[in-house]
Formats: sequence, structure tokens, C-alpha cells
Amino acid sequence: MITFEAVCVVADLEPAELEAWIHERWVLPESGSAGWVFQEVDVARIHLIKEMKHDLAINEEAMPVVLQLLDQVYALRRRLKEVSAAIEALPPETRAALLSRLKEPPEC
Amino acid sequence: MATRNPYEALGVKPEASEAEIRNAYRKLAKRFHPDLNPGNKEAEARFKEIASAYDLLSDKDKRARFDRGEIDEAGQERPRAYAYRGFAEGEPGAKYHAAEGIEPEDLDDILAMFGRGARGGAGIRMRGPDRHYTLTVAFLDAVNGARRRLTLPDKSLDVTIPAGVRDGHVLRLKEQGGPGLGGGPPGDALIEVRIEPHRFFRREGDDIHLELPVTLGEAVLGGRVTVPTTSGTVTMTIPPGSNTGTVLRLKGRGVPRPDGSRGDQYVTLKLVLPEGGDKEFADFLREWAPKHPYDPRRGMEAP
Repeated sequence: MITFEAVCVVADLEPAELEAWIHERWVLPESGSAGWVFQEVDVARIHLIKEMKHDLAINEEAMPVVLQLLDQVYALRRRLKEVSAAIEALPPETRAALLSRLKEPPEC
Repeated sequence: MATRNPYEALGVKPEASEAEIRNAYRKLAKRFHPDLNPGNKEAEARFKEIASAYDLLSDKDKRARFDRGEIDEAGQERPRAYAYRGFAEGEPGAKYHAAEGIEPEDLDDILAMFGRGARGGAGIRMRGPDRHYTLTVAFLDAVNGARRRLTLPDKSLDVTIPAGVRDGHVLRLKEQGGPGLGGGPPGDALIEVRIEPHRFFRREGDDIHLELPVTLGEAVLGGRVTVPTTSGTVTMTIPPGSNTGTVLRLKGRGVPRPDGSRGDQYVTLKLVLPEGGDKEFADFLREWAPKHPYDPRRGMEAP
């Protein structure tokens, strides 16, 4: 649980800039009784956005597209892990058949 | 880890301007940033090199000291305390997934995302695995054919045993195996047939062999006897003067073939004397034998 002020210090950000990101919904802190509360994932995301914006010159127009694609990649990776876990739980012969099918070159 | 010269790492000349160095870093960092390449170890290693090169060359003072040879390129790695990828995939990252409208998908859609080929969309439809079973069949059922029920833990299968099936033959029951994936068809059930031996029939290919005990009278005088076959008893004529080991053939009384014809049954005679002996016959032989000597062991002398 990290406060808005602490995040600005840790990430070396102007409060106005972070506020703008929150309004854009690039970052989703929770609303506590004393204002916004950030989790570690939010702070890491803030660092990443800052890096992309300041170091990689990804501008305000492009940022939502980048973030949306990134969120899709991570959502898919998470789902993929669940699928992997489900495959792990299959009977060995089914798992082997499935894995060998996945290794086959795609049909064309 | 061997570290390249920072100019090489960023692909710039030693006399490159600050702007050139920044642009080179941006280009490479966009491509190799580990948060943008989750799970790609090569990108992660490459990014470390790029970032540490940029840290050194973007700092005027450090760059000048490096150029003068006062410091080397090692040990410049920037500690990266906030790796977004470390959180993004796990539970904490879920709110951002939801925020972008990703609904939990069913397995079919997810498997479809593996993309069978660049055209995509095809998805994985996978046939289920085959399952192997063994079915022990009575000798006569194997010859004549039968229907049997195979009871398995999850289901029972009605198996038609074709007439004339051979030992070791594998029957295939379409789509009675393991379930398919992604809407794919089930696998097949493969049932290996094991044939039990019979008390007196023996099978060789499509032919049936049988040893038939006959009386002394039937062998010497000939006669008609009933003989069991795999499809019921038949009457057979034994020619006079038959012996133990004489083979008689019952044509078409063997195993059915797929073309509708049948093999043969071979009957090997076996002379059986009356049980407990017979005094009258013994008396007769005491008279008869000395007058009719013969040597059935002719040719058996040891070399």
C-alpha cells in the first residue's frame, strides 16, 4: 500500500503528470479514505510508463495503444499458463498427443 | 557476462553525438525492453547490455572517463527494481487485463489462439487418443464369430467378433477411445483378440486339427464314426486298415475365411485298445502274432 505522494517520490514524477495518467486510466489505483492507494504492480507499471514516455519517446497518442496491446499480451500469457497447467493435469497419453500436435508444423 | 564495448552495444560510432546515442538507445530499447518482450530471455539479456551502455554514454562525465580509459564498460548495469512483467502476469495484474476488456475465454478460443498456421482462426481440433484393450475369446467363438460386451470403468462396448478371427488380431472400434480436444473426434478403441485354447480342437491357419480316438475294430475293419467339428458333428468313413497317425481330411470343415470359403478339418486317428485288456483278444494274438511277424521299428536302428 503506497500513497500518491510516495509514488511521486519513488518514481520521480510530477504529481500533475501522475494524476493525468490516472485520469487516462493508464494506471488504476484504488480509492482509499485518504486518497489513492497504489499496489506494487501499479508502481511497476508507473515506472514502465515513465520509461516508455521519457526514455523511449512513446508519446501520449501512442501510449494507450501500447498499453492496450501490452495488457492483452499479459492477459494471454496468464491464460496460457492456466492452459499449460490444465495440460499438465491431463492423462499422460493425451498430454503427449497434444504436445506432439503442437510441435507439428502448421497445416497450410 | 562478457560485455561489449558500449558504442558497439548501441551500434554507434565513438564520435556519435548525444542525440545519436539517445536515438540509437530508443530504437533498440523499444525492440528489446523486457516488459515488452515477456518470457524472451534473449531480449532481456540484450536489453541489459543496451541499458548499461546507454547509462554510461548518456552521462557526459562517465562517457569522458570511459573514452579516456579511466573506467571500463563493466559494472554499469542499472539495477531495475521495478519489473512490470513480474507482476503483470499474476493475480495483481488482473485488473489491467479486465480494464482492457479481456473476458475469460473458453478453452476452444484459447487453443484457437495458438493459431494453427499463419492464417489463424483454424484452432486446434484434436482427435482423442486411442485406447488399447485385450479381449479373451473362447476358441469356438473365434471360429464362428460372436458378439461380446466389453465392460470398462467408464462404459461398456459391444464388440462383434468376426468369424475366423485370428489370435492377436486387433479390432478397431471407431471413436470409442479417449475424448477429443477442441471439438475434435474421440480416438478409437483398439481391441486385441486373444483366443483361448480348446480341449481338443487345434487351429493352424484356416485349418482345424483334431485327434480322433478309434477302436481296434474301426481301424482294422473300417466303419462310420461321428466326428466333432467346430460347426457341429459330422459322420466320417474310416477306411479298413487305418492306423494310429492316419490323417483324414474333412473338406470345408475348417475356419471360415473372409471370402466365404472355409479351411479344412484334419482328423488324425489314434488307436485305443479296450480298457483293462481283453482276454479273448490276447489269446487270439498269442496264436496269431508268431505266425505274422512284422517290424514297425524298421529303419530306427541307431546309426
